[in-house]
Amino acid sequence: MSISVQSTAVDGTSRQESGARLWAMVLHARELPLFSIGLLLLFVITGIFGDFISPHDPLRTNLRAVLLPPFWEETGTATYLLGTDHLGRDILSRLICGAGVSIEVGFSVIIVAGLLGTLVALLSGYIGGRIDAALMRLCDIVLSMPYLMVAIVLAAVLGPSKENIIIILIVLGWASYARVLRGEVLRVKEGDFIRLAVIAGASPVRIMFRHIFPNIVNTLIILATLQLGMVIITEASLSFLGLGVPVPEPAWGSMCAEGRGYIYDAWWIAFWPGVAIMLVVLSCNFLGDWLRIRLDPKFRQI
Amino acid sequence: MTEELLAVRDLKKHFPVTKGIIFMKEIGAIKAVDGVNFTVNRGETFGLVGESGCGKTTTAKLILLMERITGGTIHYKGRDISLLRGSELKSHRGSVQAVFQDPFSSLSPRMRVKDIIAEPIVVSVNAPSKTAVKEKIAELLQLVGLRKDAGDLYPHEFSGGQRQRIAIARALAPDPDLIVLDEPVSGLDVSIRAQIMNLLRDIQDRLGISYLLIAHDLPVVQHMSTWVGVMYLGTLVEIAGSEELNENPVHPYTKALLSAALPHHPAHIREEIILPGEVPTPFNPPEACKFHPRCFRARDICSSVPPLFRDIGGGHFVACHFIDDLRKI
Repeated sequence: MSISVQSTAVDGTSRQESGARLWAMVLHARELPLFSIGLLLLFVITGIFGDFISPHDPLRTNLRAVLLPPFWEETGTATYLLGTDHLGRDILSRLICGAGVSIEVGFSVIIVAGLLGTLVALLSGYIGGRIDAALMRLCDIVLSMPYLMVAIVLAAVLGPSKENIIIILIVLGWASYARVLRGEVLRVKEGDFIRLAVIAGASPVRIMFRHIFPNIVNTLIILATLQLGMVIITEASLSFLGLGVPVPEPAWGSMCAEGRGYIYDAWWIAFWPGVAIMLVVLSCNFLGDWLRIRLDPKFRQI
Repeated sequence: MTEELLAVRDLKKHFPVTKGIIFMKEIGAIKAVDGVNFTVNRGETFGLVGESGCGKTTTAKLILLMERITGGTIHYKGRDISLLRGSELKSHRGSVQAVFQDPFSSLSPRMRVKDIIAEPIVVSVNAPSKTAVKEKIAELLQLVGLRKDAGDLYPHEFSGGQRQRIAIARALAPDPDLIVLDEPVSGLDVSIRAQIMNLLRDIQDRLGISYLLIAHDLPVVQHMSTWVGVMYLGTLVEIAGSEELNENPVHPYTKALLSAALPHHPAHIREEIILPGEVPTPFNPPEACKFHPRCFRARDICSSVPPLFRDIGGGHFVACHFIDDLRKI
């Protein structure tokens, strides 16, 4: 008798506890990477398989179905779930295919700029001296340029295309990695294990890649995650200004720009790509913050 | 007979001091090491003691060729190694290894223990085959008293004493003839110190390697060393056999240093010598005998004529003008 009473009591508290824990997790979104990881995974999958899962051809216009609202509005239809734009193109399909552009630009930029920045940081921090001075001044120059301005000028000069956008963002992006990682290199390089590696006869290249790099890779991952959001925003901004991916290929930024003129009559044209950009960037920032706490040895629990 | 392995002659290291923000002018030098002479024999341990800042660690760095010397020579196996460069330097690396004080900073945190130990062999000019390296690692782990499977773990899975054992195994990997031990037990718990010291002595007995031991702790140095050199402000003031130094110290600084150490037995009360003042800065050291402003025997001659570093018999060297008087005390 008493046992059964006790078991109910235990059950009750555990349910209460799990509820409280869930609340705590929601409130501390940084501790809940599931949201970010889930959303980014969705983003990546739609980006890669966009052509297969989009319900309509994102480029096909349908002048009999122009400016249709999302399905829950009175005049909306289930054929075009999120509505259509001024040319009668399906917004959901364009959104799905636009993810591919953001993915391609975002990931190629963070990977190439990250590797370039790491290389500069290793050379600058470990070799030091004149190489350090030269590379860091170059870094200062790149960092002091107004990011969007230069991107606009370069895009105008090189012409709008996906490849040019990637090149521009790499040229402007490597410096922030180099700056932060150089500091890390300087910190790691003071360890006795670096001195002992020199005494053992390890070459500078080996010391940089076998001893220093593994100790800064966490910071690189965190930086890259945070930068992914930045890169996607910049790509969207350039596309918004008509300097990014050329129309009619769907890109979130240019979709926003197209919707701008209809913002009072058909809010959904600009709204959905705007929401998509925001969610993806937010996930990147959440994930970056969470990684920072998880990967930083000072926060790590054994 | 004893064979000379390392001979350091008149070793100097001066660090330039600059002034000004834009136009930097050299206004002098910190004389961290200023004319050091000693010899390490094969199979023996030479201990260097002195207060912090006296140049012990700089001396070690110079011998490990981590810094360029300002003057003097370092002969290793009869060859001056102080000016080696390029491929000659690369082939010399490995024959002198080191163990440092902090066992937490001296092991690469993202490498497995086996890779840490194998590194000096792997990077050597003629690296042996993988299976030979594997066998060597197992042998070294056994030698330093670690389990065989320790090689697959990461350094953070070990305690301070175990990490120091790993550091010792790594230093032994390329079969060096000399290991520089820079405060090898200072970072460890007192209970672990004796273990590591005895391990080092066992290894020496078995392999016949030499140690250059650097420490500030006199009992540690005396327990380990065949010869002990006492450093003060960048110079050696006295070198003697370990027992000789303990029983018959001559230089006033050595006497003061010994009197500061705890006696072996509480009932054994020694006269305590308290030195006045503090260690002068090596930027502007006293003239002639560097110890004279704090010395209880100082006379006029001490501030004008630098004392010679003389052998007073049996390899006992002292740099003092009053050797004969002091011996009688």
